[in-house]
Amino acid sequence: MTLTVNGEAKTLEDASLTINELLEKLDIPVEHIAVEVNRDIVPKARFAETGLNDGDVIEIVRFVGGGKS
Amino acid sequence: MIRINERQEDFKPGLTLLGLRDKMKPDADIVIYNGFPVPDDRDIQDGDEMVFIKRGETPSREELESLMVSRHSPGVHEKVKNASVGIAGVGGLGSAIAIALARLGIGRLVLADFDVVEPSNLNRQQYFVHQIGEKKVEAMKENLERINPYVTVECHCVKLDSENLPRIYGEVDVLVEAFDRPDMKSMLVNSYFESYPDKYVVAASGLAGSGNANDIQTRLLGRRLYLVGDRVSAAEPGRGLMAPRVGVAAHHQANKVLEIILGGEL
Repeated sequence: MTLTVNGEAKTLEDASLTINELLEKLDIPVEHIAVEVNRDIVPKARFAETGLNDGDVIEIVRFVGGGKS
Repeated sequence: MIRINERQEDFKPGLTLLGLRDKMKPDADIVIYNGFPVPDDRDIQDGDEMVFIKRGETPSREELESLMVSRHSPGVHEKVKNASVGIAGVGGLGSAIAIALARLGIGRLVLADFDVVEPSNLNRQQYFVHQIGEKKVEAMKENLERINPYVTVECHCVKLDSENLPRIYGEVDVLVEAFDRPDMKSMLVNSYFESYPDKYVVAASGLAGSGNANDIQTRLLGRRLYLVGDRVSAAEPGRGLMAPRVGVAAHHQANKVLEIILGGEL
């Protein structure tokens, strides 16, 4: 399937893939991120059960520190 | 109807601005017409709002609130007065956001932070030297009450986590993320949208150092998550947190809160 991840087209051999599996493939740890799939924020608790489909547009935001203490 | 010092009055054709001033408050030397001070006379139209102020005069408590908001654009006060905004963390971002929103006259602010004021906070956080050692939420409540006593401030001196956060912020219209650590930012966004997918969150990421202020932008993610910052400038050794850039990001966040409230999407 082909996904758009942070604006870049990515072609993967997998026929089915969850958000968790995609993050693992991209080597992105889940601690600092928020994920948007087709303009919807998918909460972390649903990463394991949310399947991705061909053509999905995914935005992975990595938070960086600074602001409070 | 017209509005004079926040009181409704009947509109009568033929009224002029300075004519009204002479009738209502002849010693007023500041005339604010639809949110803007004007020097000259003009005809009054139905729906106009004016405020007459005598410079240096301490108004009665009843009158103070209407005078405080006289420079708001017309119609803003009623909307923000009915709004409730959560601020998660009252450090560099949260303290500046709280002050901006209190000056706006947001009806209710819900603050949470477990920290106390430290000397190293004072290069960017909106506290005072005499407040060192005080709980931040209590010090901020005190500061906000001095700025605008008409804002209800609710304080929670707790460390927020995925359990207590949806409970504390269940009733707010907009939640502002103002944490420092990236894992906490992620925790807030993920746990809050898990409980409240239809609420608004205004978060920040990338505001450290002294880089170009124009690199700090507000971006919509999904349908209800706004992210402020340059997205890359992390606080780290060699790149500190300082008042100007933190303030730019904080006021982007506060302004987005205002836009959401005025946008009528709540």
